[in-house]
Amino acid sequence: MNAKITTSNSATGKAIQPFSAEKPLVDAVIDVKGLTKKYGDRTVVDDFSIRVERGQIYGFLGPNGSGKTTTIRMLCGLLTPDAGEGQCLGFDIRKQAMQIKRQVGYMTQKFSLYEDLSIAENLDFIARVYAVADRNKVVDETLARLGLSTRRTQLAGSLSGGWKQRLALAACLLHDPKLLLLDEPTAGVDPKARREFWDQIHDLAADGLTVLVSTHYMDEAERCHRLAYIAYGKLLANATATELIQQSGLTTWSATGASLHALAKSLRSVPGVAMVVPFGATLHVSGANAALLDLSLKPYFDQADYRWIKIEPSLEDVFIGLMNSATDNYQ
Amino acid sequence: MSASSILSMPGGLFSWHRFVAVLLKEFVQMKRDRLTFGMIVGVPIIQLVLFGFAINTDPKGLPAAVVINDESPFSRALVRGLENSQYFKFTHRAASEAEADRLLKLGEVQFVLVIPADFSRQLQRGERPSLLMAADATDPSATGNALATVNQTIKQVMDRELTGTLATLKSVELPIDLRIQRRYNPEGITRYNIVPGLMGVILTMTMIMMTSLAMTRERERGTMENLLATPVRPIEVMAGKIAPFIMVGYAQVTIILIAAKLIFGVPIVGGLLLLSLALIVFIAANLSVGFTFSTIAKNQLQAMQMTFFFFLPSMLLSGFMFPFRGMPDWAQVLGEVLPLTHFLRIVRGILLKGNGFADIVPELWPIGLFMLVAGTVAMRRYRQTLD
Ligand SMILES: Nc1ncnc2c1ncn2[C@@H]1O[C@H](COP(=O)(O)OP(=O)(O)OP(=O)(O)O)[C@@H](O)[C@H]1O
Ligand SMILES: [Mg+2]
Repeated sequence: MNAKITTSNSATGKAIQPFSAEKPLVDAVIDVKGLTKKYGDRTVVDDFSIRVERGQIYGFLGPNGSGKTTTIRMLCGLLTPDAGEGQCLGFDIRKQAMQIKRQVGYMTQKFSLYEDLSIAENLDFIARVYAVADRNKVVDETLARLGLSTRRTQLAGSLSGGWKQRLALAACLLHDPKLLLLDEPTAGVDPKARREFWDQIHDLAADGLTVLVSTHYMDEAERCHRLAYIAYGKLLANATATELIQQSGLTTWSATGASLHALAKSLRSVPGVAMVVPFGATLHVSGANAALLDLSLKPYFDQADYRWIKIEPSLEDVFIGLMNSATDNYQ
Repeated sequence: MSASSILSMPGGLFSWHRFVAVLLKEFVQMKRDRLTFGMIVGVPIIQLVLFGFAINTDPKGLPAAVVINDESPFSRALVRGLENSQYFKFTHRAASEAEADRLLKLGEVQFVLVIPADFSRQLQRGERPSLLMAADATDPSATGNALATVNQTIKQVMDRELTGTLATLKSVELPIDLRIQRRYNPEGITRYNIVPGLMGVILTMTMIMMTSLAMTRERERGTMENLLATPVRPIEVMAGKIAPFIMVGYAQVTIILIAAKLIFGVPIVGGLLLLSLALIVFIAANLSVGFTFSTIAKNQLQAMQMTFFFFLPSMLLSGFMFPFRGMPDWAQVLGEVLPLTHFLRIVRGILLKGNGFADIVPELWPIGLFMLVAGTVAMRRYRQTLD
């Protein structure tokens, strides 16, 4: 696997960031080094460094429990790092949490607005806390944009899961933040609303808003300017989606045909095959060593039942590959 | 098929497996909640100690002041005799009746004994001199037993002292005109004491309970994370959460006062303005305690338990349920720490005795101090992060 993406197999387990040295510091909205968080003797985030530039939409990916939420909390001063330092919006993340909070919009993974307040009351509360100018107008506009004007007096707790997410996002945009930290903002949101959300994010980023967004959706990852991949608390990859695919060194074959399930089963034990992933009516078979993979698949290529095409690995293939190698390293 | 197998049949009315599943889950959850576990053990112990050792409904050694306007062996014998009855302890020797009355008003003493000038001379002449025993009867149960024995005690003293030629003065009737005055509550009506006291008790209960849920609810519902992510400061959160309850407190007081006057006919002698001043301090002290609890409790149940844990000794050791002076010293020391103890003295003082500002200061500052300490602890406990 390409060392530029992951060097977690090196002795220190440190992720190398290809860009940190050459780029100027001026426009870094987030610039942290060596962030570490421990719960008891478990290191949940380990030596995490990242630089996010102004106007960037940074995707934050990683398996469940990899430390995404914990990292985001450290960035906005909700958790104190055990080690590491850095700045967020030009303020020290350890000492100037208050200044950071004023300019950050943080959307929590779990709905954390008041369920026993109405939609409008929630927005009003947030607007007051941030001393938003022209509060009533801003709240009304937000409600209109969400299409919730007619339901403004409905209790937030009675909203459906997806609507709660949309309300929470609107709430963290009220005070015109310079940085958005979004923790799985679109979990449970329908495709149309997701698209609208991403269009809005891109519009905001074009105006200079910086966004760090965690997600488990690949289509969303592809919409980010840059991606950071974290597993077991370690930053394993940090590049654009295209770079990641190119640098992954994966070769992927796609098979179509009947009884793909049986095919998948038999391929799993074949040398050189790292992953066998069903994608709808096709099967993606990937491996890091192209020659070995081709050799192993040779007998299957000749079977008339399947049609084989060599494809570019998808982002998902790359991430699952990363996840697998990280597990290997971890154990 | 046996009965047990019918019962434990899957889909039956009562499934043993399902019952055991719920049972085990409950035990595990109970075990996890350390505080609840502690309360299960702690509450009975506290109750036993308080009820068993601390509470004495027949208080003895009650502080009394004596005004002796007639230095004579009779006066001394009288004082000694009353002390020997165990109910009275003459802690103050007042120069004048006015001074003694002030001690009574401040609650320094429970009784004042006034021995008039010419007492022994009149006694020897068989003129039945008058002897005044004034009691602070705001709490009739504290003074009742003591007053009931006075007559008998004095008779015994006289029987002993009147010897020789004076023995003729001994009669079935007391050779003294004993006047007992039950001050502030002449008819010894218990509710005059209870109703103002209830004001303190109700405030303690509701104020602590409401605020103890303040932060706990945020934490339990997950809204804490959002709140902490905003620039709001701890002091703003605390003040914002406490202020509404001060108003709630005043509303309660208004209701209680109206009920006290109209339904229970409690005489309201003192100034209500002064009372509202004392109330601010008292309510704020309770709210600080509640807020401290809410920074410690992990869930709302724990918050309620802590409230109860504080409330119980407040009820029992403050002099609300039982006469304060009937408790052993250690319990009195504990009681002196509690805001309710001082507030009871203030509210009874103002409403029943008509105490003024200067009179309540000695009871007001301990509540203020308590509030400061509790407030500081609350602020220190308040975490601005989720660690
Ligand atoms: N308060 C806590 N006490 C102990 N361990 C914790 C605590 N909070 C998080 N962890 C642990 O830290 C690790 C990282 O958690 P985190 O919530 O950051 O993961 P995540 O990447 O956001 O996962 P997900 O995708 O499921 O949201 C997990 O293993 C979790 O168990
Ligand atoms: Mg998370």
